[in-house]
This record gives sequence, C-alpha cells and structure tokens, in this order.
Amino acid sequence: MRALHLLAGAAALCLGTAACGSSAPAPAAAPAQDDGGRGPITFLGGKFEAESVQKIVDAWNAAHPQEKATVNLLPEAADEQRRKLIQNAETKSGAGDVMLLDAVWTSEFAANRWVSELDLDTSGFLPTTVETGKYRGKLYAMPVFTGTGLLYYRTDLVKQPPRTWAEMKKICDEVLPEQKGMSCYAGQFDKYEGLTVNFSEAVASAGGQLLDASGQPQLTSEPAKQAARFLADGFRSGMIPKEAVTYKEEEGRVAFQEGKLLFYRNWAYGYEAAQKTDGSSKVAGKFDVAPIPGLNGPGAGTLGGNNLAVSAFSKHQRTAKDFVAFMTSAAQIRAFALTSSMPVPLAAIYEDPDLIKKYPYLPALKEAVLAARPRPAAVRYGDVTAAIQESAYAIVTGAKPVDQALSELQSALGPLLK
Amino acid sequence: MRSRGEGRAAALMLSPTFLVLALVVLYPLLSALRESFYDSGQRLDADGFVVEGEWFAGLANYAGVTGERFLNAAANTTLFTVVTVAVEVVLGVAMALVMRRALRGRAFLRAGILVPWAVPTAVAGLMWKWIFQADGVANALLGTEILWTADGPWAKLAVVVADVWKTAPFVGLLVLAGLQIIPADVYEAARVDGAARWQTFWRITLPLVRPALLVAVLFRLMDALRVFDLPYVLVGPRKQSVETLSGLIWDEATRVHYGPASAYGTALFLYIAVIAFAFVKLLGADLLSDVRQRKEARNVA
Repeated sequence: MRALHLLAGAAALCLGTAACGSSAPAPAAAPAQDDGGRGPITFLGGKFEAESVQKIVDAWNAAHPQEKATVNLLPEAADEQRRKLIQNAETKSGAGDVMLLDAVWTSEFAANRWVSELDLDTSGFLPTTVETGKYRGKLYAMPVFTGTGLLYYRTDLVKQPPRTWAEMKKICDEVLPEQKGMSCYAGQFDKYEGLTVNFSEAVASAGGQLLDASGQPQLTSEPAKQAARFLADGFRSGMIPKEAVTYKEEEGRVAFQEGKLLFYRNWAYGYEAAQKTDGSSKVAGKFDVAPIPGLNGPGAGTLGGNNLAVSAFSKHQRTAKDFVAFMTSAAQIRAFALTSSMPVPLAAIYEDPDLIKKYPYLPALKEAVLAARPRPAAVRYGDVTAAIQESAYAIVTGAKPVDQALSELQSALGPLLK
Repeated sequence: MRSRGEGRAAALMLSPTFLVLALVVLYPLLSALRESFYDSGQRLDADGFVVEGEWFAGLANYAGVTGERFLNAAANTTLFTVVTVAVEVVLGVAMALVMRRALRGRAFLRAGILVPWAVPTAVAGLMWKWIFQADGVANALLGTEILWTADGPWAKLAVVVADVWKTAPFVGLLVLAGLQIIPADVYEAARVDGAARWQTFWRITLPLVRPALLVAVLFRLMDALRVFDLPYVLVGPRKQSVETLSGLIWDEATRVHYGPASAYGTALFLYIAVIAFAFVKLLGADLLSDVRQRKEARNVA
C-alpha cells in the first residue's frame, strides 16, 4: 500500500516538473566549443506547401551534410504562428534558427531585435516584395513567397474585366438581371486580418494610402473617403451581398465556385481549386483573373506573402544566413515554383514560358504584385491592424457613418505609430 | 481514534500534490499579479529599436477595467452566464427526469443526450458556425436571411443556443445522479398520501436533488464566466456583441500587451471568486457538508 502511495507521489512530482519544463523551451543541443556560427539548424516553416519546401531542404541537406536543416512546422493560423514565434523570442530560445515570417511582421521582429540583419543580394526580386523585408531601410528578411489580391471574374458572363469600380458596377447592372441568385462583387470583410487587407486595398485603389511616406495616418484624405464610400455604398445597394461581412477567404471562394458571385477578390491560391473539374467547382473553365479595379483606373492590391528571417538567438548564425540565401536562390525558387502554385517573388519566374503554361495567371499576377502596396509597416502592427479592423467593420456593416469611422481611425492610429 | 503519526504520514503523502498545486496554480497566479503592475515592450529608441526591460506601471494597466471595452465584455459574460445557466438548469432537470423515467431504451437515450457534452467545444463551435452561416441550415429551416455569425444581437442568441445545446446534458447528468439516490419509498409514501405530480416534484424531488443541482449550477457558473472558445469559434475574436472577458484577455495577450492582459485576468479571477463565494454563502451550496458532518461525528465520539 505504501509503495503505491509513493508511486503516486512520484508520478505527481513528474507531472509537476514536466508542466514546468514544457513552458521553458528545451535548450538547443549545441556543443560548448566555438563552432564559428556553423552547425545544424532548425527551420520553423508554415504548414502550406510543406512538401515543396521539404524538397528544397533536402537539396540543402544533401549539399551540407555537416550543417543539416530540420523543418519544424508552425501552427496553421497566422496569429498562432506569430504568438509561437514571439514566445520563442521572448524566452531567447534558439529553437528556431530560420523563421518564416508573414511579410507584415518584419517591423515588429526587427524593432524588438528578435531577428538578425541580413546582407544578401536582392537583385532580381520584385522590388515591392523586397520592401516588405526591410525595417528603417535595412534588410531583415528575404522574400520567399508573395501574393496580392486578384479579381476573379466569370469569362462566360463578362467580355472584358473591368478596370474601374464604375465599370464593374456597369457590367453587373447589365449581367445580373439575367442571373438569379448572383451578386456582383465580394472580398473578405469579416473582422480579421483579411478586412485590413481589403480595406487598405480599396484605399490604395482609390489612389490613396493608409500612411504617408513619413508614417502619418491619412484616413481623412479624399481617397480614403472614396474607398470607404465604395464599400459602404456597395453593401447598402446590395452590389456586395450582405453576407460578405462573414466572408473570410474560403467562404467567399466557395460562393464564387457555386456561381453566386460575378466578381470575387482573392489571392492566387484560389485559382487551382476553382479550376477543379471534380464537381466541387461550378465555374471550372468559366473564369479568369485580372488585376483588381480601382477608382479611376486599375487598382492596387495589398501585398501579402512570407519572408525568411534569421533568429537573433540562433547559435549558428552563419549557417542560417547561408540557408536563407540558398532557399531564395534563383534555382531553388524556380524548383519551388514548378511544384507549387504559391506565387514567388523572383521577377524571372513571371517570364518563364514553362511556368506561364502551367499557371496562366502569372502575367496578371506580376502586374498586380508590381502595383501592390504593403500594409502599414508598424512596430505595433497588432494594434494597428486591430484599429483598422474596428473602423472598417463599422463601415462595411453600416454601424457608423463613413466620415465618423474614418476620423475615429485617424485619431486611433496616431498614438500607435509614434 | 487517529494517532499523530497517521496525520503526519497523510501530510507527507499529500505534500507532492500541494507542491504540484503550488507550481501550476499559485505560481502562475502570483506571476500574473506581478505582471499586471509592469509595462514592457512599448518604447522605441532613436534607431527604432524597442527598449528592453520592464517598468513599474503602478495601476496604469488597471485603467482599462473601467473602460468601455472591459465593461462591455463583463456585461456580455454576465449576460451569457445568467441566461445560459438558467436555461440549462431547466432543460437539464427535464432531461434528468426523462432519463430516469424512460425504461425502454434508457441506455440509448442517455448516450444520445450526452453526445453534445462529449463533443469538444471548439468542434461544436465549428458545427454551429456551419449551421448558422448565411446559407446554412438555420436560415433554411427558419426561412430567414439572418447573419447569425456577424457582429450583432443575433450573434448573442447564436452563442446562447450553441452553449445550451452543449452543456444542458452536463446539468442533466449531475441531476440524474442526484435523482437516483432518492429512495423509491419516499415517492411511494407521497403517492399513498395522494400528492399530485407537481406537488411531488416541488416538495420531494426538488428539495432532495438540491445538493446535486447546486453543484451542477456552481460548475456551470464557473464555466460560463470564463467562456472563451464558443464565441471565438462561432462568431470570431473582437466582435463586440459576444466578446467575453476571457476573449478580451486573449486578445490583449496576443497583441503582446501582457500588462493589461494580466490586469484583466486578475479582475476576472476576482469576479469569479466573488460570484463563487456569494453562491456558496447565499444559496447554501454546502460543498463541504460531508466533511463537516464526519468531523462533528468524530468529535462527539
């Protein structure tokens, strides 16, 4: 009997220490002697395109048997990834040497000294994508994936994709009376990061920007007002269906594939799914993509994508930097593009006839990426995007008048950008 | 009669448990309390780098407790708690009565009623999100075009419905356990005395099942006051109409505002503690009555 109690006590103790142990990351198994910043590394990657990424890592490992890279996958949702990475950084953990960062996190990670400055060749990359890896003019992350909003439209109903919002409305007025149960246009308007993307896209497409060159908010400017009115009026008139305030990427993609939308703003990833002929898509072969429309001409999308950064707490800095250079080398990026539909930031890819044959949307995408604008590069991006979502959601749901929502956002952003 | 040694042995054997409790409960609690008085990561130097270190912030982090957002979250939490627990108690008691009655297929019925409780909350949230989406089952059945999962009063109702569906069986289960220890001859005596059905229910069933029911209500209160996953999955984060205190704390913590998050967490902890204390005091949910009786019996002996 006593033995049993002792056992139970011991088990409870183990439980306690295990619980404590798990909150602190396991120390990296690094040898004590100075290895000149070289040695095995860990790459914290995303779940998407994991197989294609693994192929590149395998190629690296074959060439560098002494400095092998291991891939650890981060959680799927972007905010969970961010939290995990921040946790690692705050405990100064060397658990991840190379990290996949969302393009918009660069400022936060650089300002907190969580990532090391990089000295890599960025020629050949689309300039807009390189900008997303910089903080105060210095490079902290290398673009590896990119992407921006594209306008999906029905080629069976629309002859020429619209270049302006007015044209889009005109086409809808002509086409929709014949099409029962179809709405004109939708994007991602639920209250989450997608709303920030869609809202800043609308402002940029009206010729404005959320922040000016000196980083001051410009929400009371005329373009911002016109963009907000385009969204608010779109919802009020039914041009944008009411349920679009519950759309994230997938809900809207499904609606488009079911033939409920004439125009849909989404990332390039939706192309393959909508093209499927297994019955999941009713629009296969009946749609195409174009750059998104704007107020007085083609619009400007929001730049998405992911960058590679080296953790400031990595024990093998030199290997990690070489690994980033390897992964973003022209050869590897081309190999990646051949096996995955994820858009990449290297300009030459968009001229490659083999790839264009495989992904016919590449020319439209290149045009869109070059015109695309980054989201505000703020150290406190989490607060900035929350403030934008707050006001933009009030605009799309009609909870507040446009002018009031914008001036509130203007004053909310001020203190966050200091 | 117990010897002194026996008590010491008991304390010794329990000590690992207390140690674990101190590590996993007391330590996080105290560290959150400390964190709530500090400020970090919010200042930049001239080169744009965040100044490292922590500063004592006094009560600054607690300023938000009187703010609109916190009060809204507190009101939502309280509303959800009151409404869902009330509905769940009524439904749970009804379920328990049915489960006790039904003789044929009783096992099947019980298993069926318990299925919602067995489903993980996040999964239940996803399922209800699917039901409540714009072109979902709910709108099709009701013939409406309500946007249940957008911010607004309908979202509140959606959360209440999903929560009741999920946790009424839990109340039913605990009440059923209470019902089953009521001796059958009590009912027989009531029948002989010619008591009507409702009289039997009010005068016999309810008083006798009260201890079990109060435990169920207390558990549900605690659960409802810290609810996070259901509104988060069903409607989404930072939606004013359904943001609960836990949701607010989560949001602050993910935006690396650990100070305010800790302050709100401390406030929520106090809120729950006060409610639990008041519940136990006012309603006499004497959870330790068993222990006390034994102690008294021993003292008499």
